[in-house]
Amino acid sequence: MRFRRISFPISALLSIAAIALFFFHGLNFGIDFVGGTLMEVQTKAGPADLAKMRSTIGGLKLGDFQLQEFGAPNDVLIRISEQPGGDEAQQAAVQKVRDALGDEVDYRRVEVVGPSVSTELLAYGTIGLVLAIGAILIYLWFRFEWQFALGAMIANVHDLVLTVGFMSLTHIDFDLTSIAALLTILGYSLNDTVVIYDRIREMLRRYKRMSMPDLLNVSINATLSRSIVTHLTVAISLLALLLFGGQAIHSFTATMMFGVVLVGTYTSVFIASPILIYLGVGANRMEGAAEEPEPPKPQAAATPPQRTRTRR
Amino acid sequence: MLFFTRWKAAAILLTAFFVCLCAVPNFFPESTVKHWPAWAQRHVVLGLDLQGGSHLLLQVDSSAVRKERLQSLSDDVLRVLRQARIQFTGRAIVGNGVQVHITRDTDMDNALAKLRELSTPLSGILGASGQRSIDVTVNAGVITLTPTDAALTERIRQAVDQSIQIIERRVNELGLVEPTIQREGLDRILVQVPGLQDPSRLKTVIGTTAKLDFRMVDQSMPAEQAAQSRPPADSEVLDGEGGVKYLIEKRVLVSGADLTDAQPGFDQRTSEPIVSFRFNSSGARKFAEATQTNVGKPFAIVLDNKVISAPVIREPILGGSGQISGSFTVQSANDLAILLRAGALPAPLTIIEERTVGPGLGQDSITAGEHAAYAGAALVIVFMFATYGLFGLFANVAVAVNIAMIFGVLSLLSATLTLPGIAGIVLTVGIAVDSNVLIYERIREEVRGGRSAINAIDAGFSRALATILDSNITTFIAAAVLFYIGTGPVRGFAVTLGIGILTSLFTAFTLTRLIMAYWVRMWRPRTVPI
Repeated sequence: MRFRRISFPISALLSIAAIALFFFHGLNFGIDFVGGTLMEVQTKAGPADLAKMRSTIGGLKLGDFQLQEFGAPNDVLIRISEQPGGDEAQQAAVQKVRDALGDEVDYRRVEVVGPSVSTELLAYGTIGLVLAIGAILIYLWFRFEWQFALGAMIANVHDLVLTVGFMSLTHIDFDLTSIAALLTILGYSLNDTVVIYDRIREMLRRYKRMSMPDLLNVSINATLSRSIVTHLTVAISLLALLLFGGQAIHSFTATMMFGVVLVGTYTSVFIASPILIYLGVGANRMEGAAEEPEPPKPQAAATPPQRTRTRR
Repeated sequence: MLFFTRWKAAAILLTAFFVCLCAVPNFFPESTVKHWPAWAQRHVVLGLDLQGGSHLLLQVDSSAVRKERLQSLSDDVLRVLRQARIQFTGRAIVGNGVQVHITRDTDMDNALAKLRELSTPLSGILGASGQRSIDVTVNAGVITLTPTDAALTERIRQAVDQSIQIIERRVNELGLVEPTIQREGLDRILVQVPGLQDPSRLKTVIGTTAKLDFRMVDQSMPAEQAAQSRPPADSEVLDGEGGVKYLIEKRVLVSGADLTDAQPGFDQRTSEPIVSFRFNSSGARKFAEATQTNVGKPFAIVLDNKVISAPVIREPILGGSGQISGSFTVQSANDLAILLRAGALPAPLTIIEERTVGPGLGQDSITAGEHAAYAGAALVIVFMFATYGLFGLFANVAVAVNIAMIFGVLSLLSATLTLPGIAGIVLTVGIAVDSNVLIYERIREEVRGGRSAINAIDAGFSRALATILDSNITTFIAAAVLFYIGTGPVRGFAVTLGIGILTSLFTAFTLTRLIMAYWVRMWRPRTVPI
């Protein structure tokens, strides 16, 4: 628990860094959210000549586009930005590229998202995240006290913020599967936090005289071995996915790995529990009451206003 | 916690066994499964990203529906006022409605009464909704008729239903395997065709409105001149093959709605691909009239506002059949015949989303998924055994049954399995193990605290189960939200994750306990081998 003096500032710093990355470096939004065309092609005769392809497609004057190798040397990923002119224009662009590349390539995958659908998906994605956070908050409120619910939320939103920062840094594709990864990270690291909270609640009932920091320490130590084993098992399943799952879900798996394994463990132990002290849990404990209530460190954008300590 | 009545144990084992059995049809090839009785045939459906195929989302052009409604309303106003012999001027479509100026004030009441009859009541879900289809207002001698929003929504809904039927006919003619064509929302249609490699032909067949008209060519002035200045009031300039412009009368002599048949064929003289057609009796009559009065003049065959052919009428065609020749290929003639037979779409459709996966990628994804699943399972099994020994073995059995049950439930629901879905299953393995870990760690603790073996096991279960429930529910909520907002592959992930959580709850609460109870009863251990 002493660590909270170190961990809170570190977390705050990392969160701010992540948010800065989000605003300045931006996310590599996939076509799901900004529209456009994605084509995965495989050249039939030997490795792909990217330069030649680039000039062929450049000559079609379709605006911004990206070409990159995707796995094997004859696999190329072509991404064309959204064409002006509504949904029909996207289809016209696809046809042009098909005509230009002709028979030299096999079309492994073609995805075209027009402006109407992309705005919807973006809206749904954001609403989904907010909805999930809200629903889980309500559920936790029922099962635990409000301080637990809030603490868990702050810790886990902080998880999401750091994961988004990671995605911004690595320039990973951000599309619908990324939202799926974020939601899963949210659900799963809450999983973790709930286990610890459950233990804390049990300890609070059992040892009425233990100071909060000690009690939290005991709870965390008690659940530590379980946490390690579980995180290892999830890590190895994700590792299997990362190694064998192929390129198609690579971005999804990498994001999950970061969020669930690295960040999730850290926050459950070092953020979610100490926050309870700040939120006033166990404030009427003997030694614990001697603690000065420091103002909660700014946690991303979810800073709760200074609350008066409530009696449990 | 460790006590199970015979009935309970039997029920649990039977349920687990039954659900696992449901997964069996998945492991046999299609040909064998076909012979089994219907109730045993349910199996998992492979998503498009695993099977390969095309996913197309089409949107009905509602502004076109609105325009067409206004046009027919304007025609109705003309008809009604003429029948009632009411003089009027300035009939025009203005903005969202039709306006008409009644010349004589004395006629106003009569006109209003007659025009109001055009408005029909709309039915809601439970019968008459009290809304009407047209709003009629008067202002200084000008009557304005505006179709209500409810009426337009109804029109769009009908247009979508009609379009679905027409698309079904068209797609069936192309001979595609098991296409899915369904409505999505108010004005969208989802078309999914598994196994389709190149959707270009499909897109053309679906996307073409196929509105066929037969109209006269207006020879009063050259088409080029009309294009530069303004065309005469009742004609318009349309493009033909090779950019040639034509001046065509707006009046439709016969429309494609009157066709009873269209077949691809070859011209007898030039051996070029053509489309031969036949009209119904009313169409034949109109066609005969038109050709009789216009011998020697060119008439145009207009398809979707493009002139595909403008032959000269050599003699009156009384038989109600003819042929369309133009620059067709064998395939395009075939496709046009399909389109004409199926009927014209009531409104243009735009493709707003397309996701096509080739079979090569699909197969690769399946292989990758399988490898990942086996590797993940193997690693977890080894790890659990190493960490918890005998109990680890119990956990592994529970996890194995868990996975089988996931497949069983997926089969029962005929749910779709996608690549993220496979990822979801692999993830569930990790999560399912957690329940067992919670129990075992608790047991370890109780043992350290000094309880006897059996008491420790019992206490371990009772303490851990509440925690297991809580922690899994949060992940379940995330999966539920994801299911709601997701489409396609992402939805597949939400489904497997959600089902995985449910089955892992089931196995943790029942199966693991059962195995443990049985083991305790048989071996009566003094110490816990953890």
